[in-house]
Amino acid sequence: MGFLVDIQKKLGDFQLDISFSSNVRRIGILGPSGCGKSMTLKSIAGIEQPDRGRIVIGTGDDPASNHVLYDSAKKINLKPQKRNVGYMFQNYALFPTMTVAQNIAAGLRLPAAQRDERVREMISRFRLQGLEDHLPGQLSGGQQQRVALARIMAYQPDLIMLDEPFSALDQHLKERLQHELISMLEGYQGQVILVSHSRDEIYRFSEELLIMEQGRILARGKTQVLFDHPHTKPVAKMTGCKNFSAARRLDAHTLRLTDWGIDLHLRREIPEEITAIGYRAHFFEPVWGERRENCIPFRLSGVDELPFERRYYIAPAGETAAGIAGPGSGTAEEPETICWFVQEEERRRLDASPAPDWLQLKEEAVLLLRD
Amino acid sequence: MAEFLESLDWSPLIISLKTGVVATIISFFIGLYAARKVVKLSYKVKAVVDGILTLPMVLPPTVAGFILLLIFSRRRPIGIFLDQQLDIQVVQTWLGCILAATVIAFPLMYRNARAAFEQIDANLVYAGRTLGMSETSIFWRIVVPTAGPGIASGTILTFARAMGEYGATSMLAGNIPGKTGTVSQRIAMVIQDGDYVTAGFWVVVVLLIAFLIIFLVNLLTGRNMKNIKRW
Repeated sequence: MGFLVDIQKKLGDFQLDISFSSNVRRIGILGPSGCGKSMTLKSIAGIEQPDRGRIVIGTGDDPASNHVLYDSAKKINLKPQKRNVGYMFQNYALFPTMTVAQNIAAGLRLPAAQRDERVREMISRFRLQGLEDHLPGQLSGGQQQRVALARIMAYQPDLIMLDEPFSALDQHLKERLQHELISMLEGYQGQVILVSHSRDEIYRFSEELLIMEQGRILARGKTQVLFDHPHTKPVAKMTGCKNFSAARRLDAHTLRLTDWGIDLHLRREIPEEITAIGYRAHFFEPVWGERRENCIPFRLSGVDELPFERRYYIAPAGETAAGIAGPGSGTAEEPETICWFVQEEERRRLDASPAPDWLQLKEEAVLLLRD
Repeated sequence: MAEFLESLDWSPLIISLKTGVVATIISFFIGLYAARKVVKLSYKVKAVVDGILTLPMVLPPTVAGFILLLIFSRRRPIGIFLDQQLDIQVVQTWLGCILAATVIAFPLMYRNARAAFEQIDANLVYAGRTLGMSETSIFWRIVVPTAGPGIASGTILTFARAMGEYGATSMLAGNIPGKTGTVSQRIAMVIQDGDYVTAGFWVVVVLLIAFLIIFLVNLLTGRNMKNIKRW
């Protein structure tokens, strides 16, 4: 098990240049649309051709067992048919004129009896009984996804790639199907790569995570570790962190948050290279009365009520923040409002008291970042 | 009336139908093949190749007929070769009817098939490839059925055009009764003779066939449009 991808491709102004290998079973690729994550999958599948590089499945100790899909130096470029990788398309790409059973059997080159047996097995494994003779157009989004997965699994690929598998679904279906897909993949022993721009999907699914932006890999590592310690601002942003302030290191335990106008005191030692901090929107602590350590003033600029959440938007009070009110500062980079998200239970608590005077930053929730 | 029908020479209808069927079958395969190749071309090359393939439809049929006559005349190299080496005669034969009808009607098949192919979600083809299906299998089992309505209407229109061909046929195949005399040519001939009754009869036959064909096309392509809002 394992694979290696090291490819470059130029497409107009866009440059894809990535290199990674992995041998864990569930890999996630997170990145905004247009960052090259789909192109990476398509290159592995052989649908797109890179300009140069190498793609190998099976990076075991025994080189004879490796399956080289693409190697520009050795002029190897296998057809998609010969790569034995499964690809689930965003729209599932079920063949519209074939029934469910025909779709599942489409790629099977087996004697009729064995083929029918395999199809039956997939039908029951993916709970498609009774739908065998339906056309894809007659199925719900969730059923279509199961057919797409059954069709891939029937083919017994060495590697399965899922390209934004939930983007075509209704919001209320998404949550349940994410869970369902993960459990359906449990029986599959090979590797699965999930591509998504949704951090929830990726977090649930992947053991190992790759974060991409503009054709490059920004970060890679264990999913949990990357979410807890993003290290750089773009990575923190991609993992869903909402609040950032530029920071200047005053001494080993003090940072001046220039956007927010406070000095932050930390017990841990601050590395020299830190230039910003990140703070997740759910982690502020409201404070009434006397200002405590590491507090920002609660200068409310707006409130959004959601069904189970309230979102406060706080105007930052940093030295650069003067520009917000001041005229003629349109071109200067304005510090963004600070988000404070409060869940149902705390919302009720807050309703019972006056507005807080301060928001306190908790040390353990502060992300120390580089730009 | 009964007397008229009894004395009528039905050969033009038979010849036209036969010509239409054979020309349609030939156009069907060549048209699909050409459409499949053209869809894969880069758009500049496509513009050129498409222009050449569509030309016979845009040219006056007499011009196409004249060019065909130049090529296949028994006094010119290709015609001589076909006649002497292979014993194939095109000019003034039923083969000429088929050739003229095919050349004129083929672009309809090709253009309809191409338009239908271009509507197909490329992911279907990619999916077929990653599932290990051969290109031939993908084409016949996925692309053609998915493009079904477009291909079907192309086929019917091709048949209609091939059956009604006049200009190129008259130049290449001539109007030999019972051999190359198609309905369209018969109508022109009897009108010249002032026989408006026979002309009228054939006109009615042609109208009926033409309407039936358009009706069929609408049925086939309309099925996918059931959900389109009427306004």
